[in-house]
Amino acid sequence: MLLPSPWRADFPAIAALQRQDQIYLDNAATTQKPQALLDALTHYYASGAANVHRAQHLPGAHATQAFENSRNKVAQWLNAADCGQIVFTHGATSALNLLAYGLEHHFNPGDEIVISALEHHANLLPWQQLAQRKHLTLVVLPLDAAGVIDLDQAARLITPRTRLLAVSQLSNVLGVWQPLTELLALAKAHNALTVVDGAQGVVHGRQDVRALGCDFYVFSSHKLYGPDGVGVLFGRHAALARLQHWQFGGEMVQDADYQHATFRPAPLGFEAGTPPIASVIGLGATLAYLSSLDQAAVDAHEAALHRLLVDGLQQRSGIRLLGSPQLALVSFVVEGVHNADLAHLLTEQGIAVRAGHHCAMPLLKSLGLAGAIRVSLALYNDSDDVERFFDALDQALELLQ
Amino acid sequence: MTLSADAQAALDSFEHCASWEQRARLLMQWGQRLPELSDADKTDANRVHGCESQVWLVSELKDGHWQFAASSDARLIRGLVALLLARVNGLSSEALHAVDLPDWFNQLGLSRQLSPSRSNGLNAVLQRMRELSA
Repeated sequence: MLLPSPWRADFPAIAALQRQDQIYLDNAATTQKPQALLDALTHYYASGAANVHRAQHLPGAHATQAFENSRNKVAQWLNAADCGQIVFTHGATSALNLLAYGLEHHFNPGDEIVISALEHHANLLPWQQLAQRKHLTLVVLPLDAAGVIDLDQAARLITPRTRLLAVSQLSNVLGVWQPLTELLALAKAHNALTVVDGAQGVVHGRQDVRALGCDFYVFSSHKLYGPDGVGVLFGRHAALARLQHWQFGGEMVQDADYQHATFRPAPLGFEAGTPPIASVIGLGATLAYLSSLDQAAVDAHEAALHRLLVDGLQQRSGIRLLGSPQLALVSFVVEGVHNADLAHLLTEQGIAVRAGHHCAMPLLKSLGLAGAIRVSLALYNDSDDVERFFDALDQALELLQ
Repeated sequence: MTLSADAQAALDSFEHCASWEQRARLLMQWGQRLPELSDADKTDANRVHGCESQVWLVSELKDGHWQFAASSDARLIRGLVALLLARVNGLSSEALHAVDLPDWFNQLGLSRQLSPSRSNGLNAVLQRMRELSA
Protein backbone atom coordinates (compact mmCIF):
# COMPACT_ATOMS: atom_id res chain seq x y z
CA MET A 1 0.00 0.00 0.00
CA LEU A 2 1.13 3.50 -0.81
CA LEU A 3 0.34 5.10 2.55
CA PRO A 4 -0.37 2.64 5.38
CA SER A 5 -1.27 4.07 8.78
CA PRO A 6 0.97 2.70 11.54
CA TRP A 7 -1.71 3.67 14.09
CA ARG A 8 -4.68 1.94 12.47
CA ALA A 9 -4.55 -1.13 14.72
CA ASP A 10 -4.73 1.09 17.82
CA PHE A 11 -8.35 1.85 16.90
CA PRO A 12 -10.41 -1.37 17.15
CA ALA A 13 -13.51 0.17 15.57
CA ILE A 14 -11.74 0.56 12.23
CA ALA A 15 -11.46 -3.22 11.87
CA ALA A 16 -15.07 -3.63 13.02
CA LEU A 17 -16.26 -1.11 10.45
CA GLN A 18 -14.21 -2.85 7.80
CA ARG A 19 -15.99 -6.12 8.61
CA GLN A 20 -19.24 -4.26 7.90
CA ASP A 21 -17.70 -3.08 4.64
CA GLN A 22 -17.62 0.52 5.81
CA ILE A 23 -14.90 3.04 5.04
CA TYR A 24 -15.04 5.78 7.64
CA LEU A 25 -14.22 9.20 6.17
CA ASP A 26 -16.42 11.43 8.33
CA ASN A 27 -13.79 12.25 10.92
CA ALA A 28 -14.54 15.94 11.09
CA ALA A 29 -17.93 14.94 12.53
CA THR A 30 -16.54 12.53 15.09
CA THR A 31 -13.63 10.12 15.36
CA GLN A 32 -13.08 6.47 16.28
CA LYS A 33 -11.48 5.81 19.65
CA PRO A 34 -8.11 4.30 20.59
CA GLN A 35 -7.92 1.10 22.65
CA ALA A 36 -6.24 3.14 25.41
CA LEU A 37 -9.49 5.07 25.89
CA LEU A 38 -11.64 1.93 25.95
CA ASP A 39 -9.29 0.45 28.56
CA ALA A 40 -9.50 3.57 30.72
CA LEU A 41 -13.32 3.55 30.64
CA THR A 42 -13.44 -0.14 31.52
CA HIS A 43 -10.90 0.35 34.28
CA TYR A 44 -12.81 3.25 35.81
CA TYR A 45 -16.18 1.52 35.76
CA ALA A 46 -14.77 -1.86 36.78
CA SER A 47 -12.68 -0.47 39.64
CA GLY A 48 -15.35 1.59 41.33
CA ALA A 49 -17.17 4.66 40.10
CA ALA A 50 -17.59 7.62 42.44
CA ASN A 51 -18.53 11.25 42.25
CA VAL A 52 -15.76 13.84 42.18
CA HIS A 53 -14.96 16.76 44.51
CA ARG A 54 -17.57 15.70 47.06
CA ALA A 55 -16.84 12.58 49.02
CA GLN A 56 -14.18 11.85 51.59
CA HIS A 57 -14.27 8.10 50.86
CA LEU A 58 -11.55 6.25 48.97
CA PRO A 59 -13.43 5.64 45.69
CA GLY A 60 -14.24 9.35 45.63
CA ALA A 61 -10.61 10.22 46.17
CA HIS A 62 -9.53 7.91 43.34
CA ALA A 63 -12.11 9.28 40.94
CA THR A 64 -11.22 12.86 41.81
CA GLN A 65 -7.54 12.12 41.35
CA ALA A 66 -8.09 10.56 37.92
CA PHE A 67 -10.45 13.40 36.95
CA GLU A 68 -7.94 16.09 37.95
CA ASN A 69 -5.11 14.20 36.22
CA SER A 70 -7.07 14.62 33.01
CA ARG A 71 -7.27 18.35 33.62
CA ASN A 72 -3.47 18.37 33.87
CA LYS A 73 -3.12 16.41 30.67
CA VAL A 74 -5.40 18.82 28.83
CA ALA A 75 -3.41 21.78 30.15
CA GLN A 76 -0.21 20.12 28.93
CA TRP A 77 -1.75 19.26 25.58
CA LEU A 78 -2.62 22.93 25.01
CA ASN A 79 0.54 24.21 26.69
CA ALA A 80 -1.61 26.17 29.14
CA ALA A 81 0.28 27.71 32.05
CA ASP A 82 -1.63 25.68 34.64
CA CYS A 83 -4.61 23.39 34.99
CA GLY A 84 -6.66 26.07 36.78
CA GLN A 85 -7.29 27.46 33.31
CA ILE A 86 -9.09 24.36 32.02
CA VAL A 87 -12.87 24.12 32.45
CA PHE A 88 -14.65 20.91 31.47
CA THR A 89 -17.96 21.43 29.68
CA HIS A 90 -20.28 19.04 27.85
CA GLY A 91 -18.88 19.88 24.42
CA ALA A 92 -17.48 22.69 22.32
CA THR A 93 -21.01 23.97 21.75
CA SER A 94 -21.71 24.16 25.47
CA ALA A 95 -18.33 25.86 26.05
CA LEU A 96 -19.24 28.56 23.53
CA ASN A 97 -22.67 28.95 25.08
CA LEU A 98 -21.02 29.26 28.49
CA LEU A 99 -18.96 32.15 27.10
CA ALA A 100 -21.92 33.87 25.46
CA TYR A 101 -23.84 33.79 28.76
CA GLY A 102 -20.88 34.23 31.08
CA LEU A 103 -19.71 37.37 29.28
CA GLU A 104 -23.15 38.83 28.64
CA HIS A 105 -22.85 41.45 31.40
CA HIS A 106 -19.84 43.04 29.67
CA PHE A 107 -21.85 44.14 26.66
CA ASN A 108 -23.83 47.32 26.14
CA PRO A 109 -26.27 48.13 23.33
CA GLY A 110 -24.36 49.12 20.21
CA ASP A 111 -21.26 47.09 21.06
CA GLU A 112 -19.99 44.83 18.32
CA ILE A 113 -19.17 41.13 18.24
CA VAL A 114 -17.03 40.03 15.32
CA ILE A 115 -17.18 36.51 13.87
CA SER A 116 -16.31 35.21 10.41
CA ALA A 117 -18.37 33.98 7.47
CA LEU A 118 -17.13 30.41 7.91
CA GLU A 119 -18.23 29.81 11.48
CA HIS A 120 -19.86 26.55 12.50
CA HIS A 121 -23.31 27.15 13.97
CA ALA A 122 -21.79 26.53 17.41
CA ASN A 123 -19.62 29.63 17.05
CA LEU A 124 -22.32 31.67 15.33
CA LEU A 125 -25.64 31.10 17.07
CA PRO A 126 -24.55 31.77 20.71
CA TRP A 127 -23.18 35.16 19.59
CA GLN A 128 -26.11 35.88 17.30
CA GLN A 129 -28.55 35.22 20.14
CA LEU A 130 -26.45 37.26 22.58
CA ALA A 131 -26.51 40.13 20.08
CA GLN A 132 -30.30 39.88 19.93
CA ARG A 133 -30.66 39.78 23.73
CA LYS A 134 -28.42 42.81 24.30
CA HIS A 135 -29.03 44.79 21.08
CA LEU A 136 -25.48 44.32 19.84
CA THR A 137 -24.22 44.29 16.27
CA LEU A 138 -22.89 41.02 14.91
CA VAL A 139 -20.16 41.80 12.38
CA VAL A 140 -19.25 39.03 9.93
CA LEU A 141 -15.73 38.99 8.47
CA PRO A 142 -15.78 37.99 4.78
CA LEU A 143 -13.56 35.33 3.18
CA ASP A 144 -11.33 35.43 0.14
CA ALA A 145 -11.67 32.92 -2.72
CA ALA A 146 -9.41 30.40 -0.99
CA GLY A 147 -11.62 30.39 2.10
CA VAL A 148 -9.35 32.51 4.29
CA ILE A 149 -10.70 35.38 6.36
CA ASP A 150 -9.85 38.55 4.42
CA LEU A 151 -7.37 40.48 6.58
CA ASP A 152 -7.78 43.82 4.79
CA GLN A 153 -11.50 43.70 5.43
CA ALA A 154 -10.90 42.47 8.98
CA ALA A 155 -8.66 45.47 9.66
CA ARG A 156 -11.54 47.70 8.56
CA LEU A 157 -14.27 45.82 10.44
CA ILE A 158 -12.48 45.29 13.78
CA THR A 159 -12.80 48.69 15.41
CA PRO A 160 -12.92 50.34 18.84
CA ARG A 161 -16.58 49.23 18.97
CA THR A 162 -15.46 45.58 18.82
CA ARG A 163 -15.81 44.02 22.25
CA LEU A 164 -15.22 40.41 21.27
CA LEU A 165 -13.77 38.44 18.36
CA ALA A 166 -14.77 34.77 17.97
CA VAL A 167 -13.24 32.83 15.08
CA SER A 168 -12.49 29.27 14.06
CA GLN A 169 -8.93 28.13 13.80
CA LEU A 170 -9.68 25.63 11.03
CA SER A 171 -12.91 25.57 9.06
CA ASN A 172 -14.93 22.35 9.21
CA VAL A 173 -16.07 22.95 5.63
CA LEU A 174 -13.07 24.54 3.90
CA GLY A 175 -10.14 22.88 5.66
CA VAL A 176 -8.07 26.07 5.74
CA TRP A 177 -6.04 27.45 8.65
CA GLN A 178 -7.19 30.94 9.52
CA PRO A 179 -4.75 33.81 10.12
CA LEU A 180 -5.26 33.87 13.87
CA THR A 181 -2.06 35.73 14.73
CA GLU A 182 -3.09 38.73 12.65
CA LEU A 183 -6.76 38.59 13.64
CA LEU A 184 -6.01 38.33 17.37
CA ALA A 185 -3.58 41.25 17.08
CA LEU A 186 -6.29 43.36 15.45
CA ALA A 187 -8.73 42.51 18.23
CA LYS A 188 -6.22 43.08 21.02
CA ALA A 189 -5.31 46.49 19.60
CA HIS A 190 -8.87 47.47 20.50
CA ASN A 191 -8.92 45.60 23.83
CA ALA A 192 -11.48 43.13 22.54
CA LEU A 193 -11.80 39.68 24.07
CA THR A 194 -10.69 36.85 21.81
CA VAL A 195 -12.30 33.44 21.47
CA VAL A 196 -10.87 30.69 19.27
CA ASP A 197 -13.03 27.76 18.19
CA GLY A 198 -10.46 24.98 18.04
CA ALA A 199 -12.92 22.12 17.42
CA GLN A 200 -11.18 21.20 14.14
CA GLY A 201 -7.81 22.84 14.70
CA VAL A 202 -6.97 20.97 17.89
CA VAL A 203 -7.11 17.65 16.03
CA HIS A 204 -4.31 18.48 13.63
CA GLY A 205 -0.88 19.13 15.06
CA ARG A 206 -0.24 20.52 18.52
CA GLN A 207 -1.83 23.81 19.48
CA ASP A 208 -0.22 26.20 21.94
CA VAL A 209 -2.63 28.59 23.61
CA ARG A 210 0.16 30.63 25.14
CA ALA A 211 1.78 31.20 21.75
CA LEU A 212 -1.64 31.99 20.25
CA GLY A 213 -2.33 34.52 22.98
CA CYS A 214 -6.13 34.14 22.84
CA ASP A 215 -8.31 34.78 25.88
CA PHE A 216 -10.37 31.63 25.35
CA TYR A 217 -9.83 28.44 23.37
CA VAL A 218 -12.57 25.85 22.94
CA PHE A 219 -12.59 22.28 21.66
CA SER A 220 -14.55 19.06 21.96
CA SER A 221 -13.12 15.74 23.06
CA HIS A 222 -14.92 13.48 20.62
CA LYS A 223 -13.34 15.02 17.54
CA LEU A 224 -9.91 14.49 19.13
CA TYR A 225 -10.32 10.69 19.43
CA GLY A 226 -11.78 11.15 22.93
CA PRO A 227 -15.19 10.29 24.41
CA ASP A 228 -18.26 12.36 23.61
CA GLY A 229 -20.03 14.49 26.18
CA VAL A 230 -16.91 16.46 27.10
CA GLY A 231 -15.73 19.81 25.89
CA VAL A 232 -12.83 21.93 27.03
CA LEU A 233 -12.77 25.64 27.69
CA PHE A 234 -9.32 27.11 28.18
CA GLY A 235 -9.26 30.65 29.52
CA ARG A 236 -6.49 32.96 30.61
CA HIS A 237 -6.85 33.64 34.34
CA ALA A 238 -7.82 37.27 33.79
CA ALA A 239 -10.34 36.26 31.14
CA LEU A 240 -11.90 33.51 33.27
CA ALA A 241 -12.28 36.02 36.10
CA ARG A 242 -14.56 38.08 33.86
CA LEU A 243 -17.09 35.27 33.47
CA GLN A 244 -20.33 35.36 35.37
CA HIS A 245 -21.62 32.05 36.64
CA TRP A 246 -24.27 30.69 34.33
CA GLN A 247 -25.39 27.23 35.43
CA PHE A 248 -26.05 26.51 39.06
CA GLY A 249 -26.04 23.46 41.26
CA GLY A 250 -23.66 20.78 42.42
CA GLU A 251 -20.18 21.55 43.65
CA MET A 252 -19.89 24.91 41.88
CA VAL A 253 -21.24 26.53 45.03
CA GLN A 254 -19.12 27.91 47.85
CA ASP A 255 -21.85 28.69 50.33
CA ALA A 256 -25.62 28.58 50.04
CA ASP A 257 -28.56 29.95 52.01
CA TYR A 258 -32.20 29.78 51.02
CA GLN A 259 -32.12 33.31 49.65
CA HIS A 260 -28.59 33.72 48.30
CA ALA A 261 -25.40 31.89 47.50
CA THR A 262 -21.77 32.43 46.58
CA PHE A 263 -19.90 30.46 44.00
CA ARG A 264 -16.47 29.08 43.36
CA PRO A 265 -14.16 30.62 40.81
CA ALA A 266 -13.11 28.77 37.62
CA PRO A 267 -12.70 25.98 36.90
CA LEU A 268 -15.05 24.32 39.42
CA GLY A 269 -17.43 27.27 39.52
CA PHE A 270 -18.27 26.59 35.88
CA GLU A 271 -18.73 22.84 36.22
CA ALA A 272 -22.24 22.71 37.66
CA GLY A 273 -23.73 19.32 38.42
CA THR A 274 -21.93 16.02 38.17
CA PRO A 275 -19.45 16.30 35.31
CA PRO A 276 -19.03 13.50 32.74
CA ILE A 277 -16.45 11.81 34.97
CA ALA A 278 -15.73 8.69 32.93
CA SER A 279 -15.48 10.69 29.73
CA VAL A 280 -13.07 13.19 31.28
CA ILE A 281 -10.92 10.30 32.50
CA GLY A 282 -11.16 8.78 29.03
CA LEU A 283 -10.05 12.03 27.43
CA GLY A 284 -6.99 11.95 29.67
CA ALA A 285 -6.18 8.44 28.45
CA THR A 286 -6.65 9.53 24.83
CA LEU A 287 -4.28 12.46 25.32
CA ALA A 288 -1.71 10.16 26.93
CA TYR A 289 -2.00 7.90 23.88
CA LEU A 290 -1.73 10.81 21.43
CA SER A 291 1.24 12.23 23.33
CA SER A 292 3.05 8.93 22.84
CA LEU A 293 2.87 9.24 19.05
CA ASP A 294 5.49 10.81 16.83
CA GLN A 295 3.58 14.02 16.06
CA ALA A 296 5.73 14.84 13.03
CA ALA A 297 4.98 11.41 11.57
CA VAL A 298 1.24 11.89 12.18
CA ASP A 299 1.31 15.31 10.52
CA ALA A 300 3.26 13.95 7.54
CA HIS A 301 0.85 11.01 7.14
CA GLU A 302 -2.21 13.27 7.28
CA ALA A 303 -0.64 15.70 4.81
CA ALA A 304 0.20 12.91 2.34
CA LEU A 305 -3.32 11.47 2.54
CA HIS A 306 -4.81 14.89 2.05
CA ARG A 307 -2.66 15.49 -1.03
CA LEU A 308 -3.82 12.16 -2.46
CA LEU A 309 -7.43 13.16 -1.83
CA VAL A 310 -7.16 16.64 -3.30
CA ASP A 311 -5.15 15.48 -6.34
CA GLY A 312 -7.61 12.70 -7.08
CA LEU A 313 -10.58 15.04 -6.92
CA GLN A 314 -8.87 17.65 -9.07
CA GLN A 315 -8.05 15.03 -11.72
CA ARG A 316 -11.73 14.25 -12.16
CA SER A 317 -13.75 16.53 -14.40
CA GLY A 318 -16.72 18.50 -13.21
CA ILE A 319 -15.65 18.52 -9.56
CA ARG A 320 -15.49 21.84 -7.76
CA LEU A 321 -13.69 22.05 -4.44
CA LEU A 322 -14.91 24.52 -1.83
CA GLY A 323 -12.05 26.91 -1.14
CA SER A 324 -8.45 25.68 -1.28
CA PRO A 325 -8.29 23.02 1.42
CA GLN A 326 -4.91 22.68 3.10
CA LEU A 327 -5.45 19.70 5.37
CA ALA A 328 -7.78 17.30 7.08
CA LEU A 329 -10.79 17.54 4.81
CA VAL A 330 -12.17 18.44 1.42
CA SER A 331 -15.67 19.59 0.58
CA PHE A 332 -16.81 19.42 -3.01
CA VAL A 333 -19.73 19.49 -5.40
CA VAL A 334 -20.06 17.90 -8.83
CA GLU A 335 -21.43 19.87 -11.73
CA GLY A 336 -24.89 18.67 -12.72
CA VAL A 337 -25.09 16.17 -9.86
CA HIS A 338 -27.22 16.71 -6.78
CA ASN A 339 -25.16 16.12 -3.65
CA ALA A 340 -28.06 14.15 -2.15
CA ASP A 341 -27.86 11.71 -5.08
CA LEU A 342 -24.12 11.35 -4.79
CA ALA A 343 -24.36 10.89 -1.02
CA HIS A 344 -27.01 8.20 -1.54
CA LEU A 345 -24.80 6.20 -3.89
CA LEU A 346 -21.67 6.58 -1.77
CA THR A 347 -23.66 5.28 1.20
CA GLU A 348 -24.83 2.33 -0.88
CA GLN A 349 -21.17 1.47 -1.41
CA GLY A 350 -20.21 1.71 2.25
CA ILE A 351 -18.44 5.04 2.09
CA ALA A 352 -19.15 7.08 5.21
CA VAL A 353 -18.84 10.72 4.21
CA ARG A 354 -20.99 13.67 5.06
CA ALA A 355 -23.42 15.44 2.75
CA GLY A 356 -25.28 18.61 3.48
CA HIS A 357 -24.65 21.99 5.04
CA HIS A 358 -22.14 20.80 7.69
CA CYS A 359 -23.67 22.99 10.40
CA ALA A 360 -22.56 26.06 8.48
CA MET A 361 -25.70 27.01 6.56
CA PRO A 362 -24.81 30.69 6.08
CA LEU A 363 -21.43 29.72 4.58
CA LEU A 364 -22.99 27.27 2.13
CA LYS A 365 -25.65 29.83 1.20
CA SER A 366 -22.96 32.45 0.58
CA LEU A 367 -21.25 30.00 -1.79
CA GLY A 368 -24.57 29.58 -3.59
CA LEU A 369 -24.82 25.92 -2.61
CA ALA A 370 -27.55 23.92 -0.93
CA GLY A 371 -24.97 21.44 0.29
CA ALA A 372 -21.71 19.70 -0.45
CA ILE A 373 -20.01 16.37 0.12
CA ARG A 374 -17.25 16.41 2.73
CA VAL A 375 -14.53 13.79 3.02
CA SER A 376 -12.55 14.14 6.24
CA LEU A 377 -9.47 12.23 7.31
CA ALA A 378 -7.97 10.98 10.55
CA LEU A 379 -4.62 9.53 11.49
CA TYR A 380 -5.91 5.94 11.17
CA ASN A 381 -7.02 6.37 7.56
CA ASP A 382 -4.77 4.99 4.86
CA SER A 383 -4.44 5.31 1.11
CA ASP A 384 -6.68 2.25 0.58
CA ASP A 385 -9.51 4.18 2.24
CA VAL A 386 -8.98 7.05 -0.17
CA GLU A 387 -8.77 4.69 -3.15
CA ARG A 388 -11.97 2.95 -2.07
CA PHE A 389 -13.64 6.34 -1.91
CA PHE A 390 -12.46 7.21 -5.43
CA ASP A 391 -13.68 3.87 -6.81
CA ALA A 392 -17.07 4.46 -5.23
CA LEU A 393 -17.14 8.05 -6.47
CA ASP A 394 -16.37 6.96 -10.04
CA GLN A 395 -19.05 4.28 -9.95
CA ALA A 396 -21.60 6.71 -8.56
CA LEU A 397 -20.78 9.38 -11.11
CA GLU A 398 -20.97 6.86 -13.93
CA LEU A 399 -24.56 6.20 -12.92
CA LEU A 400 -25.44 9.83 -12.31
CA GLN A 401 -23.72 11.67 -15.15
CA MET B 1 -54.78 -6.16 0.31
CA THR B 2 -54.41 -6.22 -3.45
CA LEU B 3 -51.78 -4.01 -4.99
CA SER B 4 -52.40 -1.64 -7.85
CA ALA B 5 -50.82 -2.56 -11.17
CA ASP B 6 -48.14 0.10 -10.58
CA ALA B 7 -47.31 -1.19 -7.13
CA GLN B 8 -47.15 -4.77 -8.34
CA ALA B 9 -44.80 -3.71 -11.12
CA ALA B 10 -42.58 -1.98 -8.61
CA LEU B 11 -42.50 -5.02 -6.40
CA ASP B 12 -41.70 -7.32 -9.32
CA SER B 13 -38.75 -5.24 -10.45
CA PHE B 14 -37.23 -4.39 -7.07
CA GLU B 15 -37.68 -7.81 -5.55
CA HIS B 16 -35.08 -9.29 -7.85
CA CYS B 17 -32.54 -6.51 -7.52
CA ALA B 18 -29.19 -8.15 -6.91
CA SER B 19 -26.86 -5.18 -6.74
CA TRP B 20 -26.85 -1.61 -5.53
CA GLU B 21 -26.20 -0.41 -9.08
CA GLN B 22 -29.28 -2.17 -10.38
CA ARG B 23 -31.32 -0.75 -7.53
CA ALA B 24 -30.02 2.76 -8.21
CA ARG B 25 -30.76 2.49 -11.93
CA LEU B 26 -34.28 1.28 -11.23
CA LEU B 27 -34.87 4.06 -8.71
CA MET B 28 -33.78 6.65 -11.23
CA GLN B 29 -36.04 5.10 -13.89
CA TRP B 30 -39.01 5.28 -11.55
CA GLY B 31 -38.07 8.86 -10.76
CA GLN B 32 -37.99 9.77 -14.42
CA ARG B 33 -41.46 8.37 -14.93
CA LEU B 34 -42.89 10.52 -12.17
CA PRO B 35 -44.90 13.30 -13.87
CA GLU B 36 -43.25 16.66 -13.20
CA LEU B 37 -45.16 19.08 -10.98
CA SER B 38 -46.04 22.43 -12.49
CA ASP B 39 -44.07 25.40 -11.20
CA ALA B 40 -47.30 26.71 -9.71
CA ASP B 41 -47.34 23.69 -7.41
CA LYS B 42 -43.70 24.10 -6.34
CA THR B 43 -44.58 26.56 -3.63
CA ASP B 44 -43.17 26.94 -0.16
CA ALA B 45 -46.45 25.68 1.23
CA ASN B 46 -46.02 22.43 -0.69
CA ARG B 47 -42.36 21.99 0.28
CA VAL B 48 -41.54 19.03 2.47
CA HIS B 49 -39.02 20.26 5.01
CA GLY B 50 -36.39 18.02 6.50
CA CYS B 51 -34.96 16.84 3.18
CA GLU B 52 -31.42 17.25 1.87
CA SER B 53 -33.02 18.01 -1.48
CA GLN B 54 -36.10 20.00 -2.41
CA VAL B 55 -39.25 17.90 -2.36
CA TRP B 56 -42.79 19.06 -3.01
CA LEU B 57 -45.91 17.04 -2.31
CA VAL B 58 -49.50 17.89 -3.24
CA SER B 59 -52.64 15.89 -2.62
CA GLU B 60 -56.19 15.69 -3.85
CA LEU B 61 -59.12 13.63 -2.62
CA LYS B 62 -61.25 12.81 -5.66
CA ASP B 63 -64.43 10.75 -5.37
CA GLY B 64 -63.13 9.30 -2.14
CA HIS B 65 -59.74 8.35 -3.58
CA TRP B 66 -56.42 9.99 -2.84
CA GLN B 67 -54.20 11.26 -5.61
CA PHE B 68 -50.76 12.52 -4.63
CA ALA B 69 -48.26 14.20 -6.90
CA ALA B 70 -44.68 15.07 -6.04
CA SER B 71 -41.40 16.26 -7.39
CA SER B 72 -37.79 16.67 -6.30
CA ASP B 73 -34.61 18.16 -7.67
CA ALA B 74 -32.68 15.03 -6.65
CA ARG B 75 -33.11 11.91 -8.72
CA LEU B 76 -32.97 9.11 -6.17
CA ILE B 77 -35.42 10.68 -3.76
CA ARG B 78 -37.69 11.27 -6.76
CA GLY B 79 -37.51 7.54 -7.40
CA LEU B 80 -38.33 6.75 -3.78
CA VAL B 81 -41.28 9.12 -3.88
CA ALA B 82 -42.47 7.54 -7.13
CA LEU B 83 -42.48 4.14 -5.40
CA LEU B 84 -44.43 5.63 -2.53
CA LEU B 85 -47.04 7.14 -4.85
CA ALA B 86 -47.31 3.86 -6.73
CA ARG B 87 -48.42 2.25 -3.49
CA VAL B 88 -50.85 4.89 -2.23
CA ASN B 89 -52.44 6.62 -5.22
CA GLY B 90 -56.03 5.68 -5.74
CA LEU B 91 -56.54 4.42 -2.20
CA SER B 92 -59.51 5.45 -0.09
CA SER B 93 -58.81 7.26 3.19
CA GLU B 94 -59.51 4.07 5.05
CA ALA B 95 -57.14 2.02 2.91
CA LEU B 96 -54.47 4.72 3.03
CA HIS B 97 -54.49 4.72 6.82
CA ALA B 98 -54.28 0.95 6.88
CA VAL B 99 -51.29 0.63 4.58
CA ASP B 100 -47.98 -0.15 6.28
CA LEU B 101 -45.58 2.05 4.34
CA PRO B 102 -42.36 1.06 6.14
CA ASP B 103 -43.29 -2.52 5.27
CA TRP B 104 -43.83 -1.49 1.66
CA PHE B 105 -40.26 -0.17 1.43
CA ASN B 106 -39.07 -3.24 3.26
CA GLN B 107 -40.67 -5.46 0.60
CA LEU B 108 -38.89 -3.40 -2.04
CA GLY B 109 -35.56 -3.96 -0.29
CA LEU B 110 -35.32 -0.26 0.52
CA SER B 111 -35.98 -0.27 4.26
CA ARG B 112 -32.62 1.36 4.98
CA GLN B 113 -33.90 4.49 3.27
CA LEU B 114 -36.25 4.93 6.23
CA SER B 115 -33.66 4.72 9.00
CA PRO B 116 -33.93 7.74 11.33
CA SER B 117 -30.50 9.09 10.44
CA ARG B 118 -31.31 9.32 6.76
CA SER B 119 -31.58 12.91 5.68
CA ASN B 120 -32.86 11.95 2.23
CA GLY B 121 -36.29 13.02 3.35
CA LEU B 122 -38.34 9.89 2.73
CA ASN B 123 -39.37 9.94 6.38
CA ALA B 124 -40.37 13.58 6.06
CA VAL B 125 -42.42 12.78 2.95
CA LEU B 126 -44.26 10.00 4.79
CA GLN B 127 -44.94 12.33 7.70
CA ARG B 128 -46.26 15.01 5.36
CA MET B 129 -48.49 12.49 3.61
CA ARG B 130 -50.00 11.51 6.97
CA GLU B 131 -50.66 15.17 7.76
CA LEU B 132 -52.26 15.83 4.37
CA SER B 133 -54.54 12.81 4.65
CA ALA B 134 -55.36 13.14 8.34
